[in-house]
Amino acid sequence: MGKTALNINIKAEQEKAKSEITKQGLRVLVCAGTGCVANGSLKVIEKFKELGADVSVLTDYDKMTIVPTGCHGFCEQGVLVVIPDKHVTYVKVKVEDVEEIYESHIRNNKPVERLLYVDPITHEHVMDDEHINFYAKQTRTALANCGNINAESIDEAIAVRGYEALSKVLEENDPDAVIAEIEKSGLRGRGGGGFPTGRKWRFTAANKGGKSYIVCNGDEGDPGAFMDRSVMEGDPHKLLEGMAIAAFAIGADEGYIYVRAEYPLAIKRLRKAIADAEERHYLGKNIMGSDFSLTIHIKEGAGAFVCGEETALIASIEGERGMPRPKPPFPANKGLFGRPTLINNVETLANVPVIMLKGADWFASLGTETSKGTKTFALTGEVNNTGLIEVPMGTTLRQIVFDIGGGIRGGKKFKAVQIGGPSGGCLTEEHLDLPMDYDSLTKAGAMVGSGGLVVMAEDTCIVEVARFFMNFTQHESCGKCVPCREGTKNMLRILEKIVAGKGEMKDLETLEELAKSVKEGSLCGLGKTAPNPVLSTLKYFRDEYIAHIKDKKCPAGVCTAMKKIVIVPELCKGCTKCARTCPVGAIDGTIKQPHHINQEKCIKCEACLTNCPFKAIVLE
Amino acid sequence: MGITNSHKVDTSKLDEIINEYEGKKSNLIAILQKVQEVYRYLPEDAMIYIGTKMEGLSPATVFGVATFYAQFSLEPKGKYEIKVCDGTACHVRGSMPVLNAIKARLDIKDGQLTTDDGLFSLETVSCLGACGLAPVVVINGKVYPQMTSDAIKIVLDTLLKEEK
Repeated sequence: MGKTALNINIKAEQEKAKSEITKQGLRVLVCAGTGCVANGSLKVIEKFKELGADVSVLTDYDKMTIVPTGCHGFCEQGVLVVIPDKHVTYVKVKVEDVEEIYESHIRNNKPVERLLYVDPITHEHVMDDEHINFYAKQTRTALANCGNINAESIDEAIAVRGYEALSKVLEENDPDAVIAEIEKSGLRGRGGGGFPTGRKWRFTAANKGGKSYIVCNGDEGDPGAFMDRSVMEGDPHKLLEGMAIAAFAIGADEGYIYVRAEYPLAIKRLRKAIADAEERHYLGKNIMGSDFSLTIHIKEGAGAFVCGEETALIASIEGERGMPRPKPPFPANKGLFGRPTLINNVETLANVPVIMLKGADWFASLGTETSKGTKTFALTGEVNNTGLIEVPMGTTLRQIVFDIGGGIRGGKKFKAVQIGGPSGGCLTEEHLDLPMDYDSLTKAGAMVGSGGLVVMAEDTCIVEVARFFMNFTQHESCGKCVPCREGTKNMLRILEKIVAGKGEMKDLETLEELAKSVKEGSLCGLGKTAPNPVLSTLKYFRDEYIAHIKDKKCPAGVCTAMKKIVIVPELCKGCTKCARTCPVGAIDGTIKQPHHINQEKCIKCEACLTNCPFKAIVLE
Repeated sequence: MGITNSHKVDTSKLDEIINEYEGKKSNLIAILQKVQEVYRYLPEDAMIYIGTKMEGLSPATVFGVATFYAQFSLEPKGKYEIKVCDGTACHVRGSMPVLNAIKARLDIKDGQLTTDDGLFSLETVSCLGACGLAPVVVINGKVYPQMTSDAIKIVLDTLLKEEK
């Protein structure tokens, strides 16, 4: 196979796009990801545009351009406004603040201190990303452009080397070499399984000849995970380019991106990106003048967690109930519409272009022996800096929670991290120095999963968390395999009994027994991993289960059934406020006399407690 | 079978939707999503019509798909669709007190989807991917970040006032 002459010179396109960007003058990047939009970023953008319209008053620039970007990852600090030329990142910007930023900093070069990020540990104001620990300690590859480019502009994607890898691959015209490069890079599936990506490509390519499909799994269903959403919203062209390279390697000419219906913005941006790419001939028929064609469709999910499982996802694209199918046959042999199909996760595909550009060796130099490259994590829960992060594989939990995350909120004590969502497990203090990679985590009874990291503090009840996850998997079990359908129900029933203060010691054994049956008797990953949160919490926090069962106490003070709200007679002035606040009429007493809570009626809503002017109501 | 409130459906509208998706069986989910957009739920007659009209389907298959996915509703949703996120991050930061506050304010009982006046429907969803803003409530597509039981009451009061 010889080289292909392409009719698009990507380097020239890149130069053109770059010079267009320099013509933009002063670039003001405003985050327009789901989080910041909810915090009002669209109004901030409008206000900046309004102010920037009068170019005559600008001092150092002849023009100002407001760039709505994808997610910067630091959602909690939204709305984020970054002005790269001024080396500044403003946080929690409201529409009322825009004028001050404009007048003071843009026109007069005086930073607005009150809108700078305050380090949760040193309490100092920090100017820019390089000095905000949250960003400074990350290594961004999949997320490299998220937040730095206009997510709806193909030109801005091209300016940062978008479609260069595809152009190189098509020019070389050697699909086998592409697969070899991905194999060599050591990239593993980022959706949870961690299966070597190159090997999956090779299996699918072996069935080349007839019709094949490429499918991108964007059904990011794990509660507490939003890395795929950010890539789709913030850098959709990177995903499309990754898909095109994969499709070329395995010989597919049609592709689907399956996106959760809960991500409307991602769907909108992807649709625009596909249309723009087709118009430039970066997608569609005879891409860049080569023989390779690829049509990409978007399929919206309809709310079923199990569709993240690849065979269930295929069933859903075919318009059926999204129930997993037995493997073999593997999708590589018989997948979508019965044809060979390659299914990769969003983040996996987003890593492909950079591997083809910088080489497998570069990629393999990041990470650990068996887990190469970087991984994005959604850091949430009781941590100071919540948001989306990307770090080399093998980074320790301590670095993530305390350096990037800035430690636990409100000075509380670290208790555990729940990783990998409903399929994962808990990591405790003893794991803080564990390198985060596929194999170390599996050994510790957890998993990388899609990368959700929920930090829990001393006041989080671990049994309640186990109940929460079991409630989720029980609800999302598709019902095909009896052990999963019935087993998760029974496990949930037992956990509910324990948090209600009605547990018995033998329940713990039953839980472990059921966990084993569910794991062994289920067809797909949902059932195989559903018991993990229970097993890992039982392993590391058995005392807490026992406290609920034997002492009828919730050590974290969360489980309402074990709470008792009482009025301290010495402190009560008989103002009657509590009796009037109580929604169920559980408090009685006469005016100016100490009141009393009827425990039978009390629903433990704590309304009286928060409203008592004399702090006479306490939790026992 | 939990089908209530069957609605007289406009079959020409359904034909239009089916044709938009070329009558393809693999587009069934997209077709049902469109139908739900029109009626705010899936009327029984619409499902029967689609199952009979489209090749390779039966009303039972359509019903099977409609009941499988959480997004589809067989009873009418409210004018305001409230979704309370109960993903892990929201749960840890207190989505349940917010949910309870909504139930109390709108007098919604366990297992009830829509208020008697048809104004509000209430559901929990697993994760909206806006974990940095936890806990999150979405009403008709608008995201309300960092909710508390007091804050959501103010939001609901405003909506109720607008309706008066």
